[in-house]
Amino acid sequence: MSYKQRIDGRKFDEARPIEAKVGVIPRADGSAMFKIGNTWAYAAVYGPRNLHPKFLQDPQRGILRCSYNMMPFSSSNERVRPGGSRRSKEISMVTQKALLPVLNLDDYPNSVVDVFIELPQTEAGSRCAGICAASMALADAGLEMKDLVAAVSVGKVADKLLVDLDYSEESYPEGSVADIPVAMMPNSGMITLLQMDGEVKKEELIKVLEMAKKACSDIYEVQKKALRDKYREVEV
Amino acid sequence: MNRELRNHILGLLEVNTRLDGRKLTDYRQPVEIEYGVVKTAEGSARVKIGETDVMVGVKMEVGEPYPDTPDEGTIIVGAELLALSNPEFEPGPPGIQAIELARVVDRGIRESKAVDFKKLCITPGEKIWMLVIDICPINDAGNLFDASALAALAALKDTKFPGFNGEKVDYKNKTDKKLPLEKEPVSVTVIKIGSKFIVDPDTEEEKVIDSRLTVASMEDGTLCALQKGGDSPLTQDDISRMLDIGIEKAKELRKCL
Repeated sequence: MSYKQRIDGRKFDEARPIEAKVGVIPRADGSAMFKIGNTWAYAAVYGPRNLHPKFLQDPQRGILRCSYNMMPFSSSNERVRPGGSRRSKEISMVTQKALLPVLNLDDYPNSVVDVFIELPQTEAGSRCAGICAASMALADAGLEMKDLVAAVSVGKVADKLLVDLDYSEESYPEGSVADIPVAMMPNSGMITLLQMDGEVKKEELIKVLEMAKKACSDIYEVQKKALRDKYREVEV
Repeated sequence: MNRELRNHILGLLEVNTRLDGRKLTDYRQPVEIEYGVVKTAEGSARVKIGETDVMVGVKMEVGEPYPDTPDEGTIIVGAELLALSNPEFEPGPPGIQAIELARVVDRGIRESKAVDFKKLCITPGEKIWMLVIDICPINDAGNLFDASALAALAALKDTKFPGFNGEKVDYKNKTDKKLPLEKEPVSVTVIKIGSKFIVDPDTEEEKVIDSRLTVASMEDGTLCALQKGGDSPLTQDDISRMLDIGIEKAKELRKCL
C-alpha cells in the first residue's frame, strides 16, 4: 500500500500550523500556550517553591514535578473523565524526563518546580505540544536553562515517513502506522524523549529522526520568537 | 498578614475605592466572552473578567433517564480548580471549593429552566441526552463564580447536537441543530466586607471577605438561585441590598452575551 498524498495536503516533512505565546497565565511564575493544528496546550510553572511532604525533598538540588492533563471536553470522541488515567500518569513521567536535562536546579535544595500542562483541545501529538509549551513556560519563569526543548511526533504511514501525524494518520486504516514522539534539545541535538508504537525498520527510524531534528529546529524558532515577543518594545 | 490587608481594603472602601481604583460595584474591564473556542466540545466558551480566565466545554452523551422523570434529559456540571490556574490550588480530586462552584453553577442553570429537559428526551424511558458541562479555570485572579456561570451559559448557547443514529453518538459530525435555551440566567456574587458591599472581588479581596451572596437572576429580574457563603451572618437588610445589586449588575453582564 502506498500513502500518496497527506489527507490535509501537507508535505511529508511539514508540521501543522503553529501558534505560540508566553505569559498567558498571569498568576503563574511562568506560562505558555502552544498550538499545533487542532492540538492546543497550556503550561504553567510554579516555583521554585517549598516542597511538602518533607520526605520528597532533595537536600542537594530542587526537584521537577510535571503533570499532564486533558480537559474533560478536549477529545473529539467521548468526554474524558477527570482524575487522571494510567496514560496521563505515564505522559507526566516522560514529560518530566524530557524537560529535566535542560534545567539546573542545584541552587534550589529542598524545593520543587511544578509544571502543570492542560490541554483544552487535542487531535494527535498532545504530549509533544505539552512539552513545547512547558519548556517555554520554564524559560518564561526565568529559570536557568541549558537549552529549550522542542518536540514533535514523526512516524510512518503505509510506505511514507512523515512529520507531525494528525488524527487521520494516526488511525490510518490500511497498512502499518508507526507513531514516534520525539523531544530534542535543539542546540545540541540531544534527544530527551523517544517513544514508539507501530512497526518500523531501523534504517527508517534513523531517517525519520533526521526529519524530527529539522522539524524541532523550526519549532525552536517559533518558541524563541514567542519568548522574545513578550519583551518587545510597546509602541506608544 | 490578612488583618493588615483587611484594614487597608476597609480604609479604601470607606473612601469609595478599591486596590485597583475601581468603584465598589464595578466589574473589572473588559468582560469578554468568546464562543466556540474548543472544537472537540459540542459547545464551548471562554470568559475573561479582567485577568480571570475560565473555559467551559459541553459534551453531550446518551444515557438512561431517571426512573421518576422518564421523558427528561439532564445536565451534569463539573468544576476542577486546576493547579495551573492558581498557586494555591493543588492537583487531586475536587475539594469542597470546586464542588460548591459546580453546584452553584448547576443550580443557576437548572432552576431557571434555561434548558428544557423534555427537549433532551430521545426515547421516553430509554434514551435521553445528558449535557456534561465542565468548568476549567485557566487563570484564577478572583471571582470564579461569576466568570464560570457566565461561561457555562455562553457554552450552552454555543452547543449543537452531535450526530446520533439511534445506537452510537457521532462526535465527528455535529448537526446544525442548536440546543434550545428558554432562559438566560446570569449570576452576580455580591461580597460584604465590614459594612460595605462590592462585586467582582480580586484575589486580595477574596482573602478578607466576611460573607458573599451569589444571586442568579433572569432577564426580567426574577431570582432563580442563591447561595450564601463566607463565615459572617447577614441581616435581612443586607440581603435586600445585595439582591438589588445582584439584579442590577446582572443586566450589565447580560449585555456582554
